[in-house]
Amino acid sequence: MSKYYLGVDLGSTTSKAVIINEADEIIGRGITNTRANYSVAADIARDEATYNARFSVLKKNLEDEIKAKPEYRKYIADLESVFQYEQFKVKLDRLGEELVKTCDNFFTEKTLRETMLNHLRAIRRAFKPKIKHDYLYNDLGSRNQFFRDIVSEKYNEEVNKLDATLFEPLMTVWDKSISPAENERIKFDFKELVHKAMDELKEKYKNLPESSLDNKSVHFDAEMNLLRGNFDHVSDTLRKHIDDIAELDFEIENMTGTGYGRALLPFPQECIRSEILCHAFGAHAVFPETRTVLDIGGQDTKAIQVDKYGLVTSFQMNDRCAAGCGRYLGYIADELSISLNELGPLAMEAQKEVNICSTCTVFAGAELRELTNLGEKRADILGGLHKAIIMRAMSLIARSGGVFNEFTFTGGVARNPAVIKYLGQLVRENYGDNIKINIHTDSIFMGALGGAMFARRNIKADLPGAKTGKAVA
Amino acid sequence: MANPKEAVKEKSMVIQKEMLAKQFSELSKAKETGKKVCYTFVPGNLIELIMAFDMLPVYPEINALQSGMRKKSGGYIKDAEKVGHSEDVCTYVKCDIGMFLNGNIGPTGEKLPEPDLLLLSYTGCFTFLKWFENLNRLYPNAEVAMLHTPYQEDGKITQEQIDYMVKQLKEEVIPKFEKVTGKKFDPAKLTGLLQNSVEAENYWVKILEMAKNKPSPIDAYFAGVYYMGPINTSFRGSPECVEYYKELYKEVKERADKKLLPVTPEGEMEKERFRLVVEGPPNWTNFREFWKIFYDLGAVIVASTYTKVGGVYDQGYRQDPSKPLESIATYCMGCYTNLNLPQRVDLIEKYVKEYKADGFLINSIKSCNSFSAGQLMIMREIEQRTGVPVGFIESDLVDPRYFSYANIKNRLESYFQMLEQRKIILEQEQVQA
Repeated sequence: MSKYYLGVDLGSTTSKAVIINEADEIIGRGITNTRANYSVAADIARDEATYNARFSVLKKNLEDEIKAKPEYRKYIADLESVFQYEQFKVKLDRLGEELVKTCDNFFTEKTLRETMLNHLRAIRRAFKPKIKHDYLYNDLGSRNQFFRDIVSEKYNEEVNKLDATLFEPLMTVWDKSISPAENERIKFDFKELVHKAMDELKEKYKNLPESSLDNKSVHFDAEMNLLRGNFDHVSDTLRKHIDDIAELDFEIENMTGTGYGRALLPFPQECIRSEILCHAFGAHAVFPETRTVLDIGGQDTKAIQVDKYGLVTSFQMNDRCAAGCGRYLGYIADELSISLNELGPLAMEAQKEVNICSTCTVFAGAELRELTNLGEKRADILGGLHKAIIMRAMSLIARSGGVFNEFTFTGGVARNPAVIKYLGQLVRENYGDNIKINIHTDSIFMGALGGAMFARRNIKADLPGAKTGKAVA
Repeated sequence: MANPKEAVKEKSMVIQKEMLAKQFSELSKAKETGKKVCYTFVPGNLIELIMAFDMLPVYPEINALQSGMRKKSGGYIKDAEKVGHSEDVCTYVKCDIGMFLNGNIGPTGEKLPEPDLLLLSYTGCFTFLKWFENLNRLYPNAEVAMLHTPYQEDGKITQEQIDYMVKQLKEEVIPKFEKVTGKKFDPAKLTGLLQNSVEAENYWVKILEMAKNKPSPIDAYFAGVYYMGPINTSFRGSPECVEYYKELYKEVKERADKKLLPVTPEGEMEKERFRLVVEGPPNWTNFREFWKIFYDLGAVIVASTYTKVGGVYDQGYRQDPSKPLESIATYCMGCYTNLNLPQRVDLIEKYVKEYKADGFLINSIKSCNSFSAGQLMIMREIEQRTGVPVGFIESDLVDPRYFSYANIKNRLESYFQMLEQRKIILEQEQVQA
């Protein structure tokens, strides 16, 4: 039986879990918002990683067949999306209950309460099918992993369609309901859920458009075409394999907890590692030539120097100020009433960079408004702001010893294209053109990956296994 | 206590406690007994000269750190800020001023007497000048004696510098002492006091060097600040001081012979996992918590620069009773914070190597320029010269608002884990070689 290792990175804003196999390959990833309850967030991330790992094992087991039959790949990918939707649906129902409960407690006057309940029901009726559609047809699960973000976007959309006087009370009900719903770990039976997902898929494929050539659906591709009329056969063939992975005993051989909230994890002391070491180790595993790592997370920025083994030789961290970190960007997005995901792309449209003095969460908001009043374009202001963030990170890097080849950027903020753009620019300006900059799609999971790798090496007993510098992906 | 080892340990602590109690009691009665009071600073202090005139010393920065340990500094600092001192001013200064504004009640709860003389003997820390300007306004009746100490810009003390300082001692400082006390300067008395100093200094160096043992029987930073008290402040020339260090040496030697580890507030350490050299003053407001992070993880400080603020004796300097004034001039210029940065780097490098340290850690103090300036350079240099991992944390002397426990613990844990990994690698590389 294969051995698996778990790394849990309990960050300040997101919790990540990664499962690796004996070859240091990531086979499961799980991520969730970290709100008030750290240990629940860690459990949720771990559950997610375990489900994801089952799908990875399925794909691995069927590697050769998938190559020969692309419709298998499509079926499994769709199945995972629908599986995620099934989970989502249960959570959504849970949120629904919470909304009703809050409404009951909050509005003491009967008529008002009834009115509010009616609105809530209508809102739910409106957004539920939209979310389902996005999961089934638009790959929502892989685009956004956060329950809160997905639902709040749709909820806001519906609330904004209503009379303005309803905004305040409906948002209050939302605020009071989302945390208890989000902070509850729902234990799913994988097998039951995956079968439900298979049934749901059957429905989806039955309703596939008649022809791929009508071009009505942009998501209709060649693999889908192969499935049309053939899905019964595909699902029958795969059922046994799916049952196998559902029953697979996912024994975690060893685990390591890291991140901001690591002390809260119910792990023994020797299974807790600093996120500085984990990020560096994870980044080095993916890019073995890495000598400098920059990690920008939710609350902190770390500039880390590593040796040939991926072990930290020195590091510097931001002190008592989260300017430039994920939370800061979230704050700026709120100021501009846009989502965090839109921030970077908007900054990419900058024609110039407006000089931003305040890389301070509190003052930046005021400066942003002032500059807007002075007629500066939003994109240009954001360009300057993103540049300012990187300048701040560069000073921290300088304190830690500078940039050495190769340079790896990790953490959630590495998903922001404007941050990447200015980072590249400033690294080149300060340290020359010969620095190779690495940014992996799994950048946010690097800490959890490092943790899992420490777990595999049993931390104390067997470190220089890292010497092989084997790449994982 | 039943355990004889602990009973012995306690003896030096009891002695020090008695010394301090006696001193504060004398201070509280100074006006009745007619003793004159001299306010001065720890680095480069002229305690033998103060004693030669039978004056009682008061160290404002010691009062501040004591207030910090007793959780009083936060209030004092706020009071000083209310009267206009900025957030960035040295928190020792603000704590001292806050204490004055609150009736000048000293750390033992007894009122501190006003100064008859404000003696500034060291200027490597330019804040001291401003501090005394402030004190001079608060105590307008006090005499002010200012001894200008040349900074060791070129890394050495020249005869011209010594002559320059002796001239000031003769023409400025001693006449002020004579004026305030009404006594004539007695060189023989000063010589006698300096003889005691030499004896105490010899023991002190032997105690510090005990940390070269593996395991180290002392913690040369957290416990070191207690050990350094008598010699670096009020007692250096006194026979009690010699007695104290004689006793302390006996205790430490016994611990070393038995291969015992340092004693912490929670008992004896069990395992020495890391040996560190530390630069910078400790944080006083959370001193115990701060120390605990270290001993919980088995980190022993084998050498520190902070314990050298009152004199770098372990590098060979001793008072010279045959040339009393020249001797105290040299002492004054030789204190750690009067050294230039290359000298500090050399000293730390020596400590890392001689004490076989696994790492070098800096506690950078937000409001202390004389320590913090150049620390990042020091860090890089030490890393390059010795190859040991370096760590960097930030806190403050006595401002509780600038001690973030979670932040510091996170960094220290990361740093200790980094050291641990390195040890494993080094051991394995050795095996392979």
